[in-house]
Amino acid sequence: MRRAYGFFIFISFCLVALFGLAVWSRQAASDFRPLAHDLREITAALKLTDIAFTNDARYTRNPSQADLFSAFQDYPGSIEHFPSGSVFTPPDFSTLQTSITVIKR
Amino acid sequence: MIISRHINILDYTLLSLSRRKFKNATIILVFTLVIFITGSILFLTYSFKREALLVLRGSPELIVQRMTAGNHDLIPVNYSEEIAKIPGVAEVEPHYWGYYYDSQTRANYTVIASTASLSDNNHLLRGRLPGAADTGIAAIGSGVAKVRFLGIDDRIIFQSAKGTRKDFSIAGIFKSDSDLLTADLFVISRRDFMDLFSIPRGMATDLIVHVNNEEEAPVIAKKVRELHPDTRPILRSEIERTYDAVFAWRSGLVLTLFAGALVAFIILAWDKATGLSAEERREIGILKAIGWETSDILEMKFWEGLVISLTSFLSGILLAYLHVYFFGATLFSPALKGWSVIYPDFRLAPYINAYQIVTLMALTVIPYIASTIIPSWKSAITDPDEIVRG
Repeated sequence: MRRAYGFFIFISFCLVALFGLAVWSRQAASDFRPLAHDLREITAALKLTDIAFTNDARYTRNPSQADLFSAFQDYPGSIEHFPSGSVFTPPDFSTLQTSITVIKR
Repeated sequence: MIISRHINILDYTLLSLSRRKFKNATIILVFTLVIFITGSILFLTYSFKREALLVLRGSPELIVQRMTAGNHDLIPVNYSEEIAKIPGVAEVEPHYWGYYYDSQTRANYTVIASTASLSDNNHLLRGRLPGAADTGIAAIGSGVAKVRFLGIDDRIIFQSAKGTRKDFSIAGIFKSDSDLLTADLFVISRRDFMDLFSIPRGMATDLIVHVNNEEEAPVIAKKVRELHPDTRPILRSEIERTYDAVFAWRSGLVLTLFAGALVAFIILAWDKATGLSAEERREIGILKAIGWETSDILEMKFWEGLVISLTSFLSGILLAYLHVYFFGATLFSPALKGWSVIYPDFRLAPYINAYQIVTLMALTVIPYIASTIIPSWKSAITDPDEIVRG
């Protein structure tokens, strides 16, 4: 067989596999809907605010409830020793009042 | 006829590539690895974000916490009386939650006082949640059940804040399908919670504010701050934005894992773009000498770039898909897990963002083909005699 045909067969196989996975993804994502409904009910009943992604530190277990600041700990992205802290960014505090007014006497 | 000419050139390209087997196989391997890592990150973060935003839609519209000296502190329940009078507020209820460090397993549990029950149609809890009047009853996440080898009706002993022993009987266990939300949960009644942590009467961890119209929540949050300047209102939209930021393109997660892959790809492309090897130049010279046109040589180089980049891209993206959705992103879990003892055994819903995949393809395949063609074009327009003689 010519090498070019071998290449086309390989590419076709990959494309068919990708297409198959895309179809499967659509199906699996729609199968997730009833599960998501049950998960939302748990969230509402227990008033959960975060996902249990990692729980080695308070601020990575509940990043949306992290303290605004305290030295060395309790803040995603601060200098600390938990490895997961380095992959979490600080929560969005943009709505909080951050301006400081300096009054000259 | 025209097609067979292109196929002939492709045939020759593949033959030429197989002559430098080791070099090209290494390039394909590195390129595949780059696509695999980048693709895995894209799949993982996008699915996490979609799933988190989907399930956290059930979160409270507004949470009011009290801050003392920059730290989260217990909030007086009587704050709720004034907050309830703000127009637009439907209901205010105290919420109790915290963490319990289990020295036996060195795991942290998230302890929550339950105030509501789940519907009978909810399939994610085996057993039941503790009711308001229950004492000594708990529902736990599957991660807690696993580390403590617990089943329904088994007992677990905690040490209370006063140092006394507190027994709990397991009435419910969350199924592992809900791990992403419940893996480390320990749900008990409010009475047990206050007893376990010695919470003073009239205090709560935070206040949950239900509003009539969610669009009014920011205004209500502002009024809460005016009424009680020592509080920190957290809106549901802020929770959603937090997850949007954590799993966004520019997040720490993506940057940490992506930086290495990006550097590897830049080195690879730079090496290709800075010039051809003497052997490759000689090959171009000979082809020109036996009658190949410049356009034929450019086509050959186009095929070469396409064969390498498309093979790597398709293999990398397929492997990334299998890694994330069939093997639970096992290669990334040490970074994500950190020092957690309880870690969710998540099976993510395969949400795919086609835009991200196409962008990744455009950012890797096209530059690679360009970096293959451009130096070849420089050689192809030079006199063959000059090239062959070096």
